[in-house]
Amino acid sequence: MKNRLKEIASGLGSLVTGMRLTLAQFFKKDVTVQYPHQALEMPPRFRGHIELVLDEDTGRAACIACKLCEKACPSECIAVEGVKPEGGGKKMVTEYQLDFTRCSLCAACVEACKSEAIRFSREYNLAGRSKEDFHLDLLRRLEEQSKEHAARTPPADAGEAQP
Amino acid sequence: MSLPEPFRLLAFLVGLMGFVALNAAYLVWVERKTAGRIQRRPGPTEVGWAGLLQPVADGLKLLSKQFIVPPGADALLFRLAPLLVIAPGLMGLALMPFGESLLALDVNLGLLMVFAFGSINVLALMVGGWASRNKYAIISAARVVSQDIAYEIPMLLAALTLMMVAGTLNLSEIVALQEGPFWRWNLFRLDLNPLMPLTFLIFYTCMLAETNRAPFDMAEAESELVAGAFTEYAGMGFGVFFMAEYANIVLGCSLMTVLFLGGWQSPFGAYSGVWWFLLKLYFLVFSVIWVRWTFPRTQFYNLLNLSWEILIPFSLFTLILTAAMMKVM
Repeated sequence: MKNRLKEIASGLGSLVTGMRLTLAQFFKKDVTVQYPHQALEMPPRFRGHIELVLDEDTGRAACIACKLCEKACPSECIAVEGVKPEGGGKKMVTEYQLDFTRCSLCAACVEACKSEAIRFSREYNLAGRSKEDFHLDLLRRLEEQSKEHAARTPPADAGEAQP
Repeated sequence: MSLPEPFRLLAFLVGLMGFVALNAAYLVWVERKTAGRIQRRPGPTEVGWAGLLQPVADGLKLLSKQFIVPPGADALLFRLAPLLVIAPGLMGLALMPFGESLLALDVNLGLLMVFAFGSINVLALMVGGWASRNKYAIISAARVVSQDIAYEIPMLLAALTLMMVAGTLNLSEIVALQEGPFWRWNLFRLDLNPLMPLTFLIFYTCMLAETNRAPFDMAEAESELVAGAFTEYAGMGFGVFFMAEYANIVLGCSLMTVLFLGGWQSPFGAYSGVWWFLLKLYFLVFSVIWVRWTFPRTQFYNLLNLSWEILIPFSLFTLILTAAMMKVM
């Protein structure tokens, strides 16, 4: 009988502890991020689809169309074309197609690249209505990005950045 | 303000229906906000400022849905159950003395009447579960009956203790007897019964169980019974069951306010009025929501054991103690 009463009393005590705990949480700040209104910054090692790196000096893609990434890719989702510019110099990339539907984000291409011309983007807002939406033209994406970047920076800087 | 008799009652009836509907709608909002806060998230925010129009959106959605009677169901009983389930909340609140003169019906046996109508709730859930012809609904109906019968006993014993203390079943008289500062409230009348807070706790627990609220929501344990007795209900049929749940919470909490917390009486002995009633009522309602988002659901046999092994002996003990103290003092 005495044990039973003790049990009931300790049970009641634990209930009070629980109530106190939830009330303490009630007055604390929210931890959730209201996604469409707010968004988290992706960490540096986040793996989105790959993207081309801009060469700051030339204002073009740093890619030299050596096709090492194309060969390294186990899913065969990269297609690169390039031309040698007239008057010598490095080869220039003219087309860089990524079929993201087959990509498994294994990083073989990023590791294979000798000129550090590709990296993982931090793009995570990926939604499309058809498969073709994920056949990405990375060269065009890079051009658009550098245009946007130029539009955002002051005109004095923009003059320098444009070739 | 006194209207002639049939109109006064009609005004009260319309007012109470509005009160119940408003409470049902906005307690859902309060519940969702509280649940959010306790889980460190903001709760509804999208519809209206701070999600204040969410209940309206939910209501419109429910109204636009078809009321479907499943094949093989008992059509008459199936349609009757939502009407029955909202009745005890409305009837009970009609008997509640919200203020000194704000009272729809002053009945001599008010307390008895509240409990009598309160039992219809069980009947309604049973009828709804039975008529649905759905295995979840039937299991839920069986659970509701055994649970509510088990908890009605300690609840009535606790109410009996209060009745002995007050010497009357008239709810407004019970409140009037608690006039004065807060130590005159029944909850703190330790001179009449040193176990009064325990009686309060027993009554509170029983109220949670009677209204089928978590942690005693075995009747609608979502993970096992889908939506329990109202699994088969669509549209406003379901909406009425939902409203009835909140109406019953409001009824239970206002009954506790009247019995233990001195109804409309102010804790300082001055400025008594309906606002004190509402303040106490919504504090209790908040605590009910708070309990729900703190404790996990009990197991069914633990639920029944709690009633038969702990609550009934303790409430009997407080009853006998009160009787003995009244005889001795």
